Amino acid sequence: MADPAEPGETIGLLELEHVSKQFGGVHALDDVRFDILPGEVLCLAGENGCGKSTLIKIISGVHQPEPGAVMRFAGQPMGTMTPGAARALGIQVIWQDLALFPEMSVAENIGFERNLGARPRPVNRTAMRGAAQKILDRLGVRLPLDAPLRTLPIAQRQIVAIARALVGEARIVFMDEPTASLSQAETDALLAIVRRLSAERIAVVFVSHRLAEVLDVCSRVTVLRDGKLVGTFPTAGMTQTRLTELMTGKSFDYAVGQRDLAAARPVLTVENLSRRGEYEDISLTIRAGEIVGVTGRLGSGRTEFALSLFGMTQPDRGTIMLDGKRVRFGSNRAAIRAGVAYVSEDRLQLGLVQPQSITDNTVIAVLDRLLGPKPLISGGKRDALVDDWIRDLGVKIGRKEDAVSTLSGGNQQRIVLAKWLATTPRLLVLDSPTVGVDVGARAGIFAIVRRLAEQGLAILLISDEIPEVYFNADRVLHMRDGRIVGEYRPAATAIDAIEEAVHA
Amino acid sequence: MTTRSIPRPGERGIGRLLDADVAGLLLLFVVVVAVFGAAADNFLTGSTFASIAFQLPELGLLSLAMLMPIISGGFNLAITFTANLSGLAMAGILHAGGGESAGVLFILLGIAAALATGAVVGWAMGAIIATTGAHPILVSLSTMIFVRGLGEFLTRGGDISGTPQAVQAIGQGTLLGIPAPLIVFAAAVLVWHVLMSRTRLGFATRMIGSNLEATRYSGVPTRRSLTLVYTLSGLMCGLAGIVMLARFNSVRVGHGEAYLLITVLACFLGRVDPFGGFGRVLPVAIALVILQVIASGLNLLGANQHLATALWGGFLLVIMIARSVWAGRSLHRMIGRR
Repeated sequence: MADPAEPGETIGLLELEHVSKQFGGVHALDDVRFDILPGEVLCLAGENGCGKSTLIKIISGVHQPEPGAVMRFAGQPMGTMTPGAARALGIQVIWQDLALFPEMSVAENIGFERNLGARPRPVNRTAMRGAAQKILDRLGVRLPLDAPLRTLPIAQRQIVAIARALVGEARIVFMDEPTASLSQAETDALLAIVRRLSAERIAVVFVSHRLAEVLDVCSRVTVLRDGKLVGTFPTAGMTQTRLTELMTGKSFDYAVGQRDLAAARPVLTVENLSRRGEYEDISLTIRAGEIVGVTGRLGSGRTEFALSLFGMTQPDRGTIMLDGKRVRFGSNRAAIRAGVAYVSEDRLQLGLVQPQSITDNTVIAVLDRLLGPKPLISGGKRDALVDDWIRDLGVKIGRKEDAVSTLSGGNQQRIVLAKWLATTPRLLVLDSPTVGVDVGARAGIFAIVRRLAEQGLAILLISDEIPEVYFNADRVLHMRDGRIVGEYRPAATAIDAIEEAVHA
Repeated sequence: MTTRSIPRPGERGIGRLLDADVAGLLLLFVVVVAVFGAAADNFLTGSTFASIAFQLPELGLLSLAMLMPIISGGFNLAITFTANLSGLAMAGILHAGGGESAGVLFILLGIAAALATGAVVGWAMGAIIATTGAHPILVSLSTMIFVRGLGEFLTRGGDISGTPQAVQAIGQGTLLGIPAPLIVFAAAVLVWHVLMSRTRLGFATRMIGSNLEATRYSGVPTRRSLTLVYTLSGLMCGLAGIVMLARFNSVRVGHGEAYLLITVLACFLGRVDPFGGFGRVLPVAIALVILQVIASGLNLLGANQHLATALWGGFLLVIMIARSVWAGRSLHRMIGRR
């Protein structure tokens, strides 16, 4: 991204100094400085709980900073902020959940704020549609104005949320994890919109866990850690590894796998597996102790293939062999019995029963082994199993009885792993295991995964983050349109080559 | 934070039963009894206890039938008519066996028929819900209409009466001074408590109530479990049908119809989550006792029949408000709740 600030421009759009915020004695923010220029694209980076959200909430008037904070907007002191005052200044926030109305049309969602008011007055539909169309034109996108929002894919809803922010004459837009659920192509489209906003001299603050795109689109990155400012750095010359270190305060050594597993016994052998409309002619072998990575864009058929390995769907053609024996799974229960475990990409909806307890989520797949005197579940056996796994995987919890939803993404994913490892699987399928997991916690998850492989587990690792598969897998398969179109050995391939092939 | 291994108070044995939910409801029970005891001098007597003990089990058994479907995230709106149909099956067999002079064989056959009828109705409902994914309210409502129509057709809208002494004893007799229906109810509560808290089915019921798909992905047989939940619900309706037949010495389609919504209320008062996933048997049992005490107390105060109903409703509203205020203050209880 070219430097958007014009030469000689010195007045920042938004300048904050000495911003602190305490919640019940805990420093959520401690003497933070933040500034952004008009039209600049800046990244706000840091792990969950580092204070990013608190900072955004202070800027947008949701929270008040502690006394002593200095906040200036376009050179003028901001005074006491309220959400309304922030919007009047042109500060817009697009939260990750978008806060749109699924049953209302695209135009109604975009024009929502115009229709706010205490007194009822008629809605001018024509004007509303016209205004919505104008903004979409500005963004260079076409959307069906009258379609109910719920019929739109998530990427287009994101655009609706951006369009709504622009209705209020935005001068600075905060985007909270805007690309978390987008495919690469959709992400590229969104980043193009971000560049357009920048060209219109609207500043964009990007909050994202995807470091590659952060470095791609932003000119500077402000890093927070534990409520404190680590620093603001230009992205030129910044690497993902360095950024990770700044965010976590730890250094990670990345090294590609060099293990030779050709002699190990094959655990999974798939031959010519096909399922109409989902995947075609997949053949692969995973040996004991091997991590095979699968990457490719969303819709490449990788999750569909994984679901067939897990027995959720049945292939039309081809064979699956587990430990040399041909298997056909009528259900996922049959697959689990045969030793297949599947960590879903959708942890919120499919991976865990979120409102239920940590204990229950850990033992849900192995109840049969917890029976005391049949048919009763033994509380002692259950607690012992849960304690063992929590210790073994280093899960940080409060109380075992707490809802699993109270845990951080990384700890939730450890509970998912515990649930499946308790079934003593032979094949572990990990589908995008780090979605919604902090950068620092990701390293912890992969440390566990590599340890499991060393213990002889066969692992299929699916991810659209190429560095993840590159640095963790022994082999990387590239899927596109339901087929395997490439195979790489990280030890013998540069990561750029894989990235080029996948994003081509 | 570290994993604690030392059991805290309230985690083990009797302490686990006397947690915040149960303790709060017991407190409410004491308050209710004290209020009525002060308001009516003839309240704290054996006859009040007897009237409560004979009336509670019908509502109680039906509430147990409602409990499991609600925790599984559904509803069973057909409970009262399923109970009627079950009672009808038993009454029909007793009638064939000589009515009031029917022998032991016919009595046992009749009981089996009642339980089987309830279970079959529940199974059909559960199978439809589990395989089609249709909303339980719609399925059970349709079942209710079907069962009610079938019952009315079979009885031509009238009632079947006349059961042997041994059957009437189930509804009206006492054992060691304890009313027989209360014993039946207590046994049912115990079985349901163990079922919900200690078995795989009880576990699956809670998980399904929170998120059916995530539960299925974890390898829990969700279809079988859901079918079983409604089958057991129907079985409990069968038991309720037997007790109702025994208590009134007759069965009529539509009897106990008004209990339907009260069973839902009892479940919610007993801290069952209306959206499924959470709920335990013992708090519901205590809630039932409280509801029955209020009803009997108002009766005893000599309130006008219709006014008593209004007062009962008002009392419930007060309890709901008090409960939410109390729950809001107690942070511990919010954890794990939506």
